[in-house]
Amino acid sequence: MPRYYTEEHEWVDVDGDIATVGITDFAQGQLGDIVFVEVPDTGAELSAGGDAAVVESVKAASDVYAPVDGVVTEGNGQLEEDPALVNSDPEGEGWFFRMTLSDKSQLEGLMNAAAYKTFCDDL
Amino acid sequence: MREDEEVAVETATLPLDAWHRAKGGRMVEFAGYWMPIQYDGIMAEHLWVRENAGLFDVSHMGQISLSGEGAAEALEALVPGDISALKPGRMRYSLLLGEDGGILDDLMITNEGDQLGIVVNGAVKWEDIGYLRENLPDDITLNHEEDYGLLALQGPKAAEALARLVPQASALVFMQAARATWNGHAIGLSRSGYTGEDGFEISLPNEALTAFADALCAMEEVEPIGLGARDSLRLEAGLPLYGHDLDEEIDPVEGDLAFAISKRRREEGGFPGAARILGHLADGSPRKRVGLLVEGKLPVREGAKLFDGNTEIGIVTSGGFAPSVGAPIAMGYVPRDHAAPGTAIAAEVRGKRVPCTVAAMPFVPHNYVRKQGG
Repeated sequence: MPRYYTEEHEWVDVDGDIATVGITDFAQGQLGDIVFVEVPDTGAELSAGGDAAVVESVKAASDVYAPVDGVVTEGNGQLEEDPALVNSDPEGEGWFFRMTLSDKSQLEGLMNAAAYKTFCDDL
Repeated sequence: MREDEEVAVETATLPLDAWHRAKGGRMVEFAGYWMPIQYDGIMAEHLWVRENAGLFDVSHMGQISLSGEGAAEALEALVPGDISALKPGRMRYSLLLGEDGGILDDLMITNEGDQLGIVVNGAVKWEDIGYLRENLPDDITLNHEEDYGLLALQGPKAAEALARLVPQASALVFMQAARATWNGHAIGLSRSGYTGEDGFEISLPNEALTAFADALCAMEEVEPIGLGARDSLRLEAGLPLYGHDLDEEIDPVEGDLAFAISKRRREEGGFPGAARILGHLADGSPRKRVGLLVEGKLPVREGAKLFDGNTEIGIVTSGGFAPSVGAPIAMGYVPRDHAAPGTAIAAEVRGKRVPCTVAAMPFVPHNYVRKQGG
């Protein structure tokens, strides 16, 4: 299953027509202790680059953006009870939401793991 | 995630800059300086201070001295505290007032014997210095002590730790100050702080800061603490942050700081905006700073509007997750008739109404040491 990355520090796993989206380990490290996550409602229509979720650390609220166009099929309900999952397992159990892929060609604009690592190293 | 941090090109470095970076501090621009927002993480640092002792670098704050015949009386023309009654070795929280009684800054004033020491907020120190210089008589000498840094050691183990380096520390109680010597350096000590815990603020020559910070952090009960935890600690302690919870539009009564208006000054007036402030003291102010307990987990932050039903009644001026409370808390301004603890209101966050209850502050009890042996 290919994993893509955005310049906004989201990761995207693609399985058929469904993408699972979360924030990267680098992102959680920058944010620090996560105390609240607001995931989008099922059925919400997202467009690439638009607001999708909100993640709140002790210090501040940050927006999480939709990596591609699509419709939300599921939010990670576990994050409501245990937002610290984003710190402990950001690229696994701490996923944010799943969405349909309206236009798979949008994935071509995203980075692979090696390119994302280079991107972070340059920050 | 998108980061929109803009960093001013002229951001200055503090004497401990390299020390913070070596300790793993994540540096951010604050009040014109690079300062550590955190080392290990805000939550862990916050809880460390409540249990142990945390070292904060607050060298961005302005340290000012006033000397000359009648300095205390002259300063009273600009603040509502009884400064002339302040005994040597005692300090007092006060407010620098604008012409209309609005708060230009909150500050600590210490009678150092031969002079008055004033510590002001870093973000407005240049304005404060200008205002003081302009409004104090020419025969009062004002020095900006830029050769000194300021450290705060806060937490229940602070006294024990500091006494190993400066034995005189144990002799002080809350809001007392003294001069001391450490490794040949003249230093100033006070038992005070901004966390609600027992603790000290230590003024040292810049060249002594690194060695002093190292000596403290070599002790197992002391860890360096960043600005992030400083903010969450002071919020739990119910202490306002200038520029957020207080500003030049807000007077001391509105800001719930009437305790800073001394008895004699209430009777005599003679401070800026006395008519407005004494009127608010007598009749209550139309709005007041209050604490808010937030229902649920969604943090309510600065700028959130407050509602009673569909009526907008006020605004949140500080807020966030409170590690020692284990829930979000906030402070903000509400009309007088909504200021009683227990009043149910709501805050608006991203279009949602979050129920809040007006709460007495502090949210976490203060642990000040007010009596020797106490």
